[in-house]
Amino acid sequence: MEQQQDKPVKITQRKISRRTLLGGALAAAIIPVTSSFAKYVQVGVPLVPDPTKQPGPLPGTLGKRSLFENPVKKPSDISSRTPLQDLYSTITPSDLHFERHHAGVPTIDPNKYELLIHGMVERPMKFSLHDLKRFPSVTRTCFIECAGNFRTGKEEMTAQEILGLTSQSEWTGVMLSTLFRELGVDPKATWFLAEGGDAAVLTRSIPIHKAWDDAMIVYAQNGEAIRPEQGYPARLLLPGWEGNTNVKWIRRIEISDAPYFTREETSKYTYPVKDKIRMFSFEMDARSIITYPSFPQKVERGWIEIRGIAWSGRGKVEKVEVSTDAGKSWNEARLQGPILEKAHTYFRHLWQWDGSETEILSRVTDETGYTQPTLKQLIDARGKDIGGYHMNPVTSWRVKRDGTVVFKPESYK
Amino acid sequence: MFKKFKVRRSHVLIFAGIIIIGVMIWLWPAFLSGREKWPQSFGYGKTATKEEIAALDIDVRPDGKGLPAGSGNAELGEVIYTNKCASCHGADGKEIKGVKLPGPPLVTGKSKAKTIGNYWPYATTLFDYIHRAMPYNAPGSLTNDEVYSLSAWLLSANKVIKSGEVMNAQTLPKVVMPAQKLFIVDDRKGGPEVK
Repeated sequence: MEQQQDKPVKITQRKISRRTLLGGALAAAIIPVTSSFAKYVQVGVPLVPDPTKQPGPLPGTLGKRSLFENPVKKPSDISSRTPLQDLYSTITPSDLHFERHHAGVPTIDPNKYELLIHGMVERPMKFSLHDLKRFPSVTRTCFIECAGNFRTGKEEMTAQEILGLTSQSEWTGVMLSTLFRELGVDPKATWFLAEGGDAAVLTRSIPIHKAWDDAMIVYAQNGEAIRPEQGYPARLLLPGWEGNTNVKWIRRIEISDAPYFTREETSKYTYPVKDKIRMFSFEMDARSIITYPSFPQKVERGWIEIRGIAWSGRGKVEKVEVSTDAGKSWNEARLQGPILEKAHTYFRHLWQWDGSETEILSRVTDETGYTQPTLKQLIDARGKDIGGYHMNPVTSWRVKRDGTVVFKPESYK
Repeated sequence: MFKKFKVRRSHVLIFAGIIIIGVMIWLWPAFLSGREKWPQSFGYGKTATKEEIAALDIDVRPDGKGLPAGSGNAELGEVIYTNKCASCHGADGKEIKGVKLPGPPLVTGKSKAKTIGNYWPYATTLFDYIHRAMPYNAPGSLTNDEVYSLSAWLLSANKVIKSGEVMNAQTLPKVVMPAQKLFIVDDRKGGPEVK
């Protein structure tokens, strides 16, 4: 699958599991087929000409995608992006959740895993994974977005390439406040350090109010154990805050009365604002993108349901507006409920396309009254040397006369 | 006698009131017992010993808290840099036009690239980061003296300290980085303003 990541759906090279073969073989035993099963697979035609005339494979141990669907992440040396244009709602399948790590994905034995919490506490403690799972648990759905989630430059860019470093899961774990309650945290504490157990031993300083608010230690993602790329066996979850602070493979928390100014919060994840450098930007600002229609999809004249996702790290999505005339006029999109705090929210807007060339774009307003800005507004506010962190500009797609849809890249430096 | 008794509205109200209060009293204990009671402590997990904490507690703060014993200087640091760092960060740590190295530039040169000299706000971050995560192919393999020496060389190459200065737990936190004055804390709280 990895070798095929840049190619369109291809059935010919898909491997067939033994169980599928077994099912096929059994079917073949019942109803004689002329060609060999393997030959069908290799030439890339559907397995049987008429599925109503031949029983399919038997029940299996693990489900898998249709032979006809092949959504894949798009990896670079340091990250891998979610194919937003291939998704139909707000939950990201766990194997398509974006990845960003700083020294690869560690393999951690869950039986040896421990979370140490110490520093300004009455009783420093360590918790095994088993201990963490015994505490009262909480499930919540929220997005995680990398603070560097912004790419531009050419027309032939997918939503995945522009901002595929955002994904959403349903997370389960223990509230960090439940753990802190066990330790007796010094009321003078103002920060805590979160440290990962990967080869980067990544650290971030977090204001302690987040721990009393909604921070969690999560061990499950979409109903099953967290994937290794997402922090197996346990990670910090800070709903709405920049991805990097949601420390994966978390091994240690130190409670403190000052931030540590780690490498990740000084030389990285900071950005120029006029003649200063802004640091400790935790909340991800409200953002939206149309994922249908988007490059490389094509549209036909007539009714088109424009679809996309909108989110805010500061609370709920209040409204999403869609423009089909390059921003001259705006229409309020329908939002798919339930609208959750700090969560991708699906929006839809019905549009009758007359076949003329135009631009379609979306902008979100969150419950604090903040409206997603244009790139120009961001540059006006922060200066020309704007950097790549915490960028949430409106994304426009050009719909051409022939129905092709391309990204509208804006000059940025 | 019964025939004389007229059912008045007030009787109905009093009767209904008695029933409602009665039901509430009857259900109150059940309501209370249905609510979760959290213990003072769940008692899960173990108390961590000093040794267990010391084995993991490697972080360093700008006030020097966490810096270990040991020392180093730029002369020693340059040798370690050449042997263990230059393959990713370049021979002198400076950005080379048109050459993409595996690691970012570290020393301010002619380009505008962000470096330790022009962007890092605290010198203690050098020790913390090199010690925990470098070199990339062998993280955590450097001794404290080696990390102090590398910190000294990087600071000296960036002209933040003089080449002969010794870096240790006392001197490193006192180094004032040129970029420190540029850093501001994000004060945005949501609302209509784009900042």
